[in-house]
Amino acid sequence: MSLEQKIALVTGASRGIGAAIADALGAEGAMVIGTATSEDGTSKISERFAEKEIKGKGLILDVTHEGSITSVLEEIRETYGPLTILVNNAGITKDNLLMRMGNDEWFDVVNTNLNAVYHLSKGCLRGMMKARWGRIVNISSVVGSMGNGGQSNYAASKAGVAGFTRALAKEVGSRNITVNTISPGFIETDMTDTLLEDQKALMLSAVPAGRLGKPEEIAGVVKFLVSDAAAYITGENIHVNGGMYMS
Amino acid sequence: MSNPSNTEERVKKIVAEQLGVKEDEVKMEASFVEDLGADSLDTVELVMALEEEFETEIPDEDAEGITTVKLAIDYINAHLD
Repeated sequence: MSLEQKIALVTGASRGIGAAIADALGAEGAMVIGTATSEDGTSKISERFAEKEIKGKGLILDVTHEGSITSVLEEIRETYGPLTILVNNAGITKDNLLMRMGNDEWFDVVNTNLNAVYHLSKGCLRGMMKARWGRIVNISSVVGSMGNGGQSNYAASKAGVAGFTRALAKEVGSRNITVNTISPGFIETDMTDTLLEDQKALMLSAVPAGRLGKPEEIAGVVKFLVSDAAAYITGENIHVNGGMYMS
Repeated sequence: MSNPSNTEERVKKIVAEQLGVKEDEVKMEASFVEDLGADSLDTVELVMALEEEFETEIPDEDAEGITTVKLAIDYINAHLD
C-alpha cells in the first residue's frame, strides 16, 4: 500500500465526497484524520474507519475558526507525527441571488470554502517543508470555472481556491510539495440532494455522461494526486464532471 | 546562558546546511540572498531552522530583518539569555 506511514488530514469527512476521500486514503494505508463540525459527525467517521480497518479517527474541527485549526494541527502532530497530506474538502453553499444576498451568506461561504484553505495550508506547510514532501489537494467545484446563477458567493470562493492553488504550487514546487485542485461537477451527495427534481433533470441534460458522479470518482483522483505517480503534477485544476465542462 | 562564540558557530553551521554552501563561505557580512544564493523560501526555512536550533520563536517582522549572517547571530544573542 503506497501511503503507509503517511498522515493525512481530510476536512469535512463525515459524508459525501470527503468521506469517500478519507476512506480511499485509508485503504491505501495512510493514517487518516477526518474532521467534522459535530460530535455526531466525528463518531460516524471513527466508526466507519474502525469498520473498514482504517488507521486514524474523526476529530472536531470548525474550519472557520483559526484557533480550532491550530489546536487540531497541534494535536495531530503530537499524537501521530508530521502531517504531509492535506485535503481541503469542507465546503458549504448558501445560495441566493446577489441582489438578495446577505453579508452573512457571503462571508460564511467564503470563510468556510476559501479562508479555511488559507489557514489549513499555512498550518501544514512547515511540516511538509521539513519532510521535503507534501501533498495539498483542494476540492473546488465546476461552478468556480463556469459560474452558476444564485451562487456568486460559492463560485467566488471556489475560483479563489483554484487561484490559491496555482500561487502556492509555485511557492513550494522546489520542495517536493504539490498543490492541486479538483473541480467536481454534479456528484451524488447531500449538497446535490437538496436540488429539486426538475433542477436535477435540467442539469443532467448538460452532462454528456448522463448521470451524476459518485463520491468515489473524486476520491480516485485524490488518491492519484497524492501518489508518487503524480509527483510532476502541480498547480493543476482537474475537472471531474462527466463532460459538462471542458477547460 | 548562550556563549557568543558558540552561537556564532551554531548559526554558521545551520546557514551552511540550509543553503548548501561550505562553512567557510559563511562570512559574517554575507547576505543570504546576494552572497549565498538563497531564494525567499530558503530564507523562510533558514529562520525555521534557527527557531528549532535555539528553541525560540522569531516573529515574522523580526525574521524579515535577518538578512545576513551577522544579523542572525546578533538577533540570537540579543534574544537568548
